[in-house]
Amino acid sequence: MDINTPVPTIYGKDFEKHGEMWKTQIAELRTKFQGAIEEVRFPREYPTDVPILYVKKESVIAVLDHLRSAPGFEYGFLADLTATDEEIDPRFEVVYNLLSHGNMARIRVKTRVSEGQEVPTATTLWMAANWPEREVYDMFGITFSGHPHMRRILMDDRWVGHPLRKDYALRGYQLFPDTPPPKPELLEKSDR
Amino acid sequence: MSKDGSAVFFTTKLDDFVSYGRKNSLWPYPFGTSCCGIEMMATLCSDYDMARFGAEAVRFSPKQADMMIVAGIVNTKMAPILRTVYEQMAEPKWVMSMGACASSGGIFNVYSVTQGIDTIIPVDVYVPGCPPSPEGVLHGLMRLQDMIQKGETRAQHREQALKRINLFSPFKTSTADDIKNAGYNAE
Repeated sequence: MDINTPVPTIYGKDFEKHGEMWKTQIAELRTKFQGAIEEVRFPREYPTDVPILYVKKESVIAVLDHLRSAPGFEYGFLADLTATDEEIDPRFEVVYNLLSHGNMARIRVKTRVSEGQEVPTATTLWMAANWPEREVYDMFGITFSGHPHMRRILMDDRWVGHPLRKDYALRGYQLFPDTPPPKPELLEKSDR
Repeated sequence: MSKDGSAVFFTTKLDDFVSYGRKNSLWPYPFGTSCCGIEMMATLCSDYDMARFGAEAVRFSPKQADMMIVAGIVNTKMAPILRTVYEQMAEPKWVMSMGACASSGGIFNVYSVTQGIDTIIPVDVYVPGCPPSPEGVLHGLMRLQDMIQKGETRAQHREQALKRINLFSPFKTSTADDIKNAGYNAE
């Protein structure tokens, strides 16, 4: 089955509570950011629990900023930032899961990015995006432009490759038993 | 001394006497990283009571311990830490690999997990199980005691090799060829 085929399903109960609010919000976003929103996947039309907005990566920060602070939206909490390897062109999708504490509603923003392209960092909006973006860089090799500290967070600094890419070998062992010497430029730089 | 007060003595080799002392006063260092660590705590507690075997003095500093119990999964990021802690322990030192994850990687046959701690440090006793029962840990401990008494452990092999090349003698300086000829393997 083609994954892009819309499948009408009943998936989660959030639609009954927030369906109308999501529709008005997305209509407002469409008028404000014309052309930036490539695609909207909505519950009951697509198997998802919350709406998925596909945004062009040039304007993803503007859309996220609007979602974060505009009245009526107020998705002020970055619940998660991760990525997926789709093995098509463009290869990766960076996923932003947002939560509104005021409305108790969630929304999901995705942006498609090819291999070697950069995504603007979300640390300008949420400081909490620092470590998730480093994890995405570590696991997928997607670099975030403007990030204060773009280096590996989970794997060893000497690691070759990015383990969560689909073409990385599942048993691609690399062992570094000795502690790496500390790099002076990393000691000077703070993580925050 | 016997019961009636008459003097009794027996002869033995000094090495055997030293091994007898060592095997009955093992000081464990608990390198517990996951659920095997809970089972190790149960082994140390009163129900199973590792103190019966002289191994109750748990030290959380590697410099004061001589038996490392690696209980649980060791990730590749943890590998240099395990190596450092092992190197900080004073000779002679023994390592017990407790559980499937520490021994072979267990079910975690993926990039992020070391496939057995013996890829990083030398291991004397492997205790299988997921997690091993306290009886299994005690069995491994008793096996380690037997090995120490017989002088079969890796630390004792190192010690004997150093003795063979007379590395401790102040009157003789050993060369790199001496070390090679004695079969000393600085693991």
